[in-house]
Amino acid sequence: MNDRVSSGALLDVRDLRTEFTTGGGVVRAVDGVSWDVRAGETVALVGESGCGKSVSALSIMGLVARPAGRVAGGQILFKGRDLLELPEDDMRRIRGREIAMVFQEPMTSLNPVLTVGRQITEACEIHLGHTEAQARARAIEVLRLVGIPDAERRLRQYPHQFSGGMRQRLMIAIALSCSPDLILADEPTTALDVTIQAQILDLMKELSRSFGAATLIITHNLGVVARYADRVNVMYAGRIVERGTAREIYANPRHPYTLGLLRSVPRLDEPKRERLDPIQGQPPDLTRLPRGCAFAPRCAFAIERCRAEAPPLQSVGGSHLSACWVAQDLPQRSALSPQPSGDGEEIPSSRAQRGISR
Amino acid sequence: MTLAAADDVILEVRDLVKHFPVGGGGLFGGPPAVVKAVDGVSFAIRRGETLGLVGESGCGKTTTGRCILLLERPTSGQVIFEGRDLTTLSPAEIRIVRRKIQVIFQDPYSSLNPRMTVGQMLDEPMAVHGIVPERKARRERVRELLAVVGLLPSMVGRYPHELSGGQRQRVGIARALATEPSLIICDEPVSALDVSIQAQIVNLLENLQEQFRLTYLFVAHDLSVVRHISDRVAVMYLGKMAELTDRAALYAEPLHPYTQALLSAVPIPDPDVEARRQRTVLGGEVPSALNPPPGCVFHPRCPIAIDACKGAVPDCREVRAGHRVACIRA
Repeated sequence: MNDRVSSGALLDVRDLRTEFTTGGGVVRAVDGVSWDVRAGETVALVGESGCGKSVSALSIMGLVARPAGRVAGGQILFKGRDLLELPEDDMRRIRGREIAMVFQEPMTSLNPVLTVGRQITEACEIHLGHTEAQARARAIEVLRLVGIPDAERRLRQYPHQFSGGMRQRLMIAIALSCSPDLILADEPTTALDVTIQAQILDLMKELSRSFGAATLIITHNLGVVARYADRVNVMYAGRIVERGTAREIYANPRHPYTLGLLRSVPRLDEPKRERLDPIQGQPPDLTRLPRGCAFAPRCAFAIERCRAEAPPLQSVGGSHLSACWVAQDLPQRSALSPQPSGDGEEIPSSRAQRGISR
Repeated sequence: MTLAAADDVILEVRDLVKHFPVGGGGLFGGPPAVVKAVDGVSFAIRRGETLGLVGESGCGKTTTGRCILLLERPTSGQVIFEGRDLTTLSPAEIRIVRRKIQVIFQDPYSSLNPRMTVGQMLDEPMAVHGIVPERKARRERVRELLAVVGLLPSMVGRYPHELSGGQRQRVGIARALATEPSLIICDEPVSALDVSIQAQIVNLLENLQEQFRLTYLFVAHDLSVVRHISDRVAVMYLGKMAELTDRAALYAEPLHPYTQALLSAVPIPDPDVEARRQRTVLGGEVPSALNPPPGCVFHPRCPIAIDACKGAVPDCREVRAGHRVACIRA
């Protein structure tokens, strides 16, 4: 596999499949997903809980919980090498050194019985071969970079002595300590307050720019994506349903799910609407996905073909891709579509019918 | 606050204070320290309106809601509901009032009893409060409640683990409605839900408000959702009221520097708008409520603070009709 032609991307995920065996059957959490991250750019994986975005990141890091979970297929090419083929020893040299991860819950992902300093110096000593003194100097340096004041004193403290925002800065400091090429940030600000969220995201953006590190940001927050991402992948039920530049996705969504998400959130810069415009129905049960498009049961634009055959991800113009049989007509049809004020959660089949007849 | 018609007010909170003693008092402890969770907050809610209560974690918004529900005993201050001060009531009287003030919690996973069916959870409050004494009639009423919140009658026998997050929150709402309340404290009712489900629940709450003439105190941190659902909005910071006014005024012309920063921190789901936006990013973090700064609690992070802000605690004064701000520079 190592002789495979490199695509030029820093990380190139191809046809990734990650499965979990559960009491209810096999869950295809990530079901044949391909995407890439180029050096220095910020790419977003967006979707709701259970769509497979976090499992994608864990698959890259080789952290999918066994034995219930396993990567069942595909390739994860990092600088041209397939991470899935690497022995664990090699993977350990990449994890934390070349690819770093920032998790959502800084409290549960920091070690509560190690000093903050040790959690940074450990990585520097192991990955970079630093001496104790060098590692300490590096730790102070990165703490300063992420805006933690009084770094020398802070090094001797424990995570519980840090506030939520400070802990997330600490996670970022640890991630940056070995100057990685790629940072996987899984909901890095979801647990934080809005004013702190803005600080942390600005910090990440600024640091990844000055370090030249690429960032994969995993989130459900469409506002965060709009503010920080260059390119966006929208996931639903284990698949990518739409991909494009942030501008393409927001200005001209070509998948009904993306369109529905954007329409359902109230925006501060728009006049207040009488009622919101929700997506009908509930998120899918991954053990019982429909045969065709997984979004079809909730989709206002679904046609017969959607229920029979899953649509492939294909271009709707240049680099903008959508996995939808009606993607080409979506702009006209969504302009005509009624603005439902539904609050019912049972799927109104009449709406789907209207979609067909139009 | 000028309240044109006093009888229009369903709830008035006056100088509410809730301090939690922590630590101390033990073998090695000095005097116990005090967390000033809510520190002198006043506001009123008119019948049929939605008052949004926003602020970041630790600002005291949830504790304020819990004091109104009498789940916490206020340290001082008054909670006047339909003309009666709840803080002076006996336990028996409180039970009667509870029927009229209900709550919808944030987390539909932990706020439903995992060992009760949906039907039992809706039946119980009606039985306890003697609202529908007859068992058969209650069964009918449970089906009605399910229909009202958009659930099928077949849900009656389900347990919470068989429901999705959105369905659970619908059950939580139905349970609140079961006692026919006039005021509902909604404590972050959509923030634990998926984005695609949040709008469904917000619409449901709005429709129910119209249908049953409910009054909401909508406690939340999501400023976009609060703007959508509220008639007036109160902003809290570190146990104090920072600003309180009509929705339109608050979002168009926020007067408190904290409100301004909060609004500017909210990302807007449009990359073009984001690229053009001028933002004020607040430095620093929310100080501890154990040891709040002297003077205006916001002054250490405030971009326009002057020396006077470190001295006196600013009054939450009315600067325009119906617009209260706790800032000497506003």
